[in-house]
Amino acid sequence: MDIPYAVEVRRDTGLTNGKIGIWLFLASEVMLFGALFASYILIRTGAPSWPRGDTILSVPMATFNTLVLISSSVTMVMAWASLKRHRFETFRMYMGVTILLGLVFLVVKYFEYSEHIHAGEVPSHSNFLAIYYTLTGLHMLHVAGGMAVNAYFWGPGAKLWKTNPEWFTNRVEHSGLFWHFVDLVWIFLFPTLYLL
Amino acid sequence: MDTTTSDHAADIDRHVRVYITVFASLMVLTIVTVAVSRFHLPVPVAVTVALLVATIKGSLVACYFMHLISEKKLIVAILALTVIFFIALISLPILTVSNGLGIH
Repeated sequence: MDIPYAVEVRRDTGLTNGKIGIWLFLASEVMLFGALFASYILIRTGAPSWPRGDTILSVPMATFNTLVLISSSVTMVMAWASLKRHRFETFRMYMGVTILLGLVFLVVKYFEYSEHIHAGEVPSHSNFLAIYYTLTGLHMLHVAGGMAVNAYFWGPGAKLWKTNPEWFTNRVEHSGLFWHFVDLVWIFLFPTLYLL
Repeated sequence: MDTTTSDHAADIDRHVRVYITVFASLMVLTIVTVAVSRFHLPVPVAVTVALLVATIKGSLVACYFMHLISEKKLIVAILALTVIFFIALISLPILTVSNGLGIH
């Protein structure tokens, strides 16, 4: 049985099911990260003292990662635009770069984590590090999840382009919405944890 | 190429130009965020500036990369509801404290 409203829009919502589904999911993600940001505020405001992020964390590494993630958002949207222009090979190139940029982000984060862990700066060391690992760890899981979905559309999932290009384009758009959300969360995490 | 297809292609080209402009703006704003943090402003001012710049960057991503600026009203309504609950969630811990923002 075909999945309904994957390409054509529903009369009641004016949207495809996939589009409204991903936005509802993102709304729940906003509340998930919102709860953690609220916890951060509660812990920070209740602490007798709180370190500035740049005295513990590497601002150059995080700045580099911010630029990487912003670049990946652009390549993601360009991948979708390529499909809209019916340029499948260009899509593959942009999607491949997006996945690689995600990988660069995770590798930089690995080095950052390793540095702290070798210095004994583990989550139990302080409230600051506990909330740092929780927020960035959850964010990294989102990056990894987004990369897995993007890799699927770059590889085996791309077969759909041959049979139903419009549906494939919609799927890539939805995957892109998630990827931009991951970028958006980092845009707030970066100053909150590293600069303030 | 018929007129509709060429209009569509022109539309996508216009979008791509916007994406590049937004990309450049995000890069500049990231540098601004880091540069401002080096001034070691008082915490309330630093928090305000950092979150203001982050909000501008976030809005650019949401409006242009996520196409919220031209999205259907239903999605905007869902997000508006989410924002109300998000603000309530964030406000709870802020309302419980009255002694500044952490660094004493």
